[in-house]
Amino acid sequence: MKKFAALLLLATALATPAMAREVKINVDLVNYSGRAAYLAVYLTKADGNFEKTLWLAGSKPRYLGDLRGWLMAASSAGTIQIDGVTGASVGGGQTLAISADLADSMIDAGYTIHVETAVEDQGRYPDDATLQVVSTGGSAAGTGYVKTLTVSL
Amino acid sequence: MSRRFHALAGLAFGLFVTFMALTGAVLSVQPALETLAAHSPLGGETVAALADKVTAALPGVDRIVRSASGQVVAYYLADGKHQAAIVDPASGAVVGPYQPSAFFSFFTELHRSLFFGDAGRAVAGVAALVMLALAVSGMLLLIRRLGGIRQLFARGRGTFPQRFHADLARFAVVVLALTALSGGYMSARTFGFVPDGQSDIFALPVSGSGGAAAPVATLSGLRAAHVADLRELDLPAADDTAGVFTLKTHQGENAIDPATGAVLSTTPVRGWAAVYEMVYMLHTGQGLWWLGLILGLGALSVPVLAVTGLWIYAVRQGQRPRFGANVSATGADLVVLVGSEGQTTWGFATAFAEAATAAGRKVHLGAMTDVRRSYPRAGLMVVMTATYGDGDAPASASRFLDRLRKWGKAPVAAVAILGFGDRSFPQYCAYADQVADRLSALGATPAVPYFTIDRQSPQRFADWGRTLAPALGVPLALVHTPKHPKTQTLELVERLDYGVDVQAPTSILSFKAAAGSLKGFEVGDLIGILPPGHGAPRYYSLASRAADGVVEIAVRKQAGGLCSVYLTALKPGDRIEGFFRPNTDFRPQPSSKPLILIGAGTGIAPLAGLVRHNRRKRPMHVFFGGRDPQSDFLYRSDFDAAYQSGRLASLTTAFSRVGKGGYVQDRVSASADSLRAMIEDGASIVVCGGLDMAKGVREALEAVIVPLGIDLDSLKRSGRYLEDAY
Repeated sequence: MKKFAALLLLATALATPAMAREVKINVDLVNYSGRAAYLAVYLTKADGNFEKTLWLAGSKPRYLGDLRGWLMAASSAGTIQIDGVTGASVGGGQTLAISADLADSMIDAGYTIHVETAVEDQGRYPDDATLQVVSTGGSAAGTGYVKTLTVSL
Repeated sequence: MSRRFHALAGLAFGLFVTFMALTGAVLSVQPALETLAAHSPLGGETVAALADKVTAALPGVDRIVRSASGQVVAYYLADGKHQAAIVDPASGAVVGPYQPSAFFSFFTELHRSLFFGDAGRAVAGVAALVMLALAVSGMLLLIRRLGGIRQLFARGRGTFPQRFHADLARFAVVVLALTALSGGYMSARTFGFVPDGQSDIFALPVSGSGGAAAPVATLSGLRAAHVADLRELDLPAADDTAGVFTLKTHQGENAIDPATGAVLSTTPVRGWAAVYEMVYMLHTGQGLWWLGLILGLGALSVPVLAVTGLWIYAVRQGQRPRFGANVSATGADLVVLVGSEGQTTWGFATAFAEAATAAGRKVHLGAMTDVRRSYPRAGLMVVMTATYGDGDAPASASRFLDRLRKWGKAPVAAVAILGFGDRSFPQYCAYADQVADRLSALGATPAVPYFTIDRQSPQRFADWGRTLAPALGVPLALVHTPKHPKTQTLELVERLDYGVDVQAPTSILSFKAAAGSLKGFEVGDLIGILPPGHGAPRYYSLASRAADGVVEIAVRKQAGGLCSVYLTALKPGDRIEGFFRPNTDFRPQPSSKPLILIGAGTGIAPLAGLVRHNRRKRPMHVFFGGRDPQSDFLYRSDFDAAYQSGRLASLTTAFSRVGKGGYVQDRVSASADSLRAMIEDGASIVVCGGLDMAKGVREALEAVIVPLGIDLDSLKRSGRYLEDAY
């Protein structure tokens, strides 16, 4: 099977759902030593299928290829869309704080936030931390570089 | 030009390059340490077997990484936490938990970005460029200094810091250039100045067949790969039906189906990516631990080079004299141009400029390289120049001849040329000769005959001043002595007189320190002695070393010789002022090969000192020339005793006024066969005496060694022919 290069499409202006809520997502990293981590924060539907990318920490596209879990999920949805959702990589002991607008229909509906992490010359953790989106928010412990994933609405 | 560049770049970035070198040296031991920790050596173990064992031991394993140094680390999920373990690469057994070294992580980041992100990386890249520029300019300087690329491994010359700097650099430069080039390449790649061989668009993962997973050990795609080639193996998650094994080896990346074991896709490493991997290995030593250690050792030379470089610079600055009364090039009636490599010639030129100014002349003093097309008011142009290396222009004269050639005329009609040099080198005043020829060809009239000064002789300088005074129309008393160290008071304890009957009154004088102790001189070094009331010292070769507690010299009384008359009139108990000057080019290299010592008259003194200190009984063969064994056979009893005790292998003498007469060079010719055999065997030669004698000995020796297909210059370059002639 031939390997395809992903196309990075320009952002398509999507119609904003009538009802949306701002969701605050905090990812605290453990205090590891080594270079800053690349992170992918993305959302999947109740059936496990990819919904959208919420944030990519790490600006050089070629290293984003190390975030294989996100890459697999996102590519299964057809095109990979990363414009406007990228920022700097995150060092050990630091916190990535982002906010995303989620439609009301995604809350308490089985949608899951995934955090994937990768550090150069060290570990790569596809589902470092996951948490379902519920109206009361919540937090989950990570398994790798993520100490805690906290979601508040 | 390249000297100034080298000095300024070193001054400006020395501290920073040193920082990069030291952090790099710390990192250089990492590959060796990791290799030591990598456990069992590898045979033909396959990746399939390794993965099979690791999967059994660590069920949650998702990734197996083998570092360039051979260490294998498995990443796995257990008890809800991602963990990492070190695995024996041959047996697949778990050795223990893996913890990346915080120490090396810290130094890696410090070395490549100083914890300042891309700005720090840019600075590190600049440091690599500076290092490369210093290495290249330094080698160019050394080649020029030694007189050609073929002499790059000849014996170093100059002061202690100069030789130390140059000798260390000769060995370290290959490593430093490699480190700088590779580091610069890596930096250029980071900033996109060279292609990195990777697509900016990342590749999509391959999907597997979706069939039921077969046992890892049976997968043909993994069985075909050896652990020795493994870089990384990504294992598909248990619940991921479309997942594949991703196997990275030195050759490239394969996707392997977990059900069939088939290789689904192959992405080879080639082109720029392969270049980068090679450069990365050369810079870090990752995968070549011994290279890492060599790189680290080489890096340790950088702080030493920085310190000795600074030392050389400080000495040179300190030597450069100031001339306050400088007149502009257009207003001067006397132009003095200087070709100087160090600052010695500047010292003489400044003394001359000051004396001429005091006598009422308007003097412009400048570097030869800044020569002007004309000096409207100047009646005389004085050119004072040293020679660099193999007859080249010294630093401050670099463009002089080119400019004259371009203009096709002399800037001033009347010229006086003064060459500075050292007669013990074959290209004595060769550049000054060229300058004299060129100016003469351009029609300039010499105001006084072309004149040279050997080894900074203040006497010759004063003589030249007396010659020049009529042409200048002013009285000119030139007194200049290159700066010399503080003198020490010495007291005469013994004198032995020789040669009075043969009109060559000669004394061997022994002094002790009047106070304190004697320090820092070896046999063959020089003592500068200042006769009372005179600023110019006379130099004498030492027959003793500081550890002997005695200063021993041989002095021949010269008619009208100020210093020799003064010294030969001393009585025990009298005191003199002297200082010591190293003569490092006159020290035989330690060896067990024979040493041939040839001297005449007082020149025998340092040679007798070498024999006296020959405790290891190296075969030493002395050739001595005098006038009459009854009168001027210096060190006769010394040589007798040395022969008895085995420190002297043979003594051959020539006395010109007895029997058939003859000179020491005649004895050299007569012993041609045995000398040739010794030289072929690796013997070194030391010659000391007057200029005429040294010239005669050189000619005789050249004839001796012709059949060997070598010449004295090549022996000299390899440090096997040492000469001190006066």
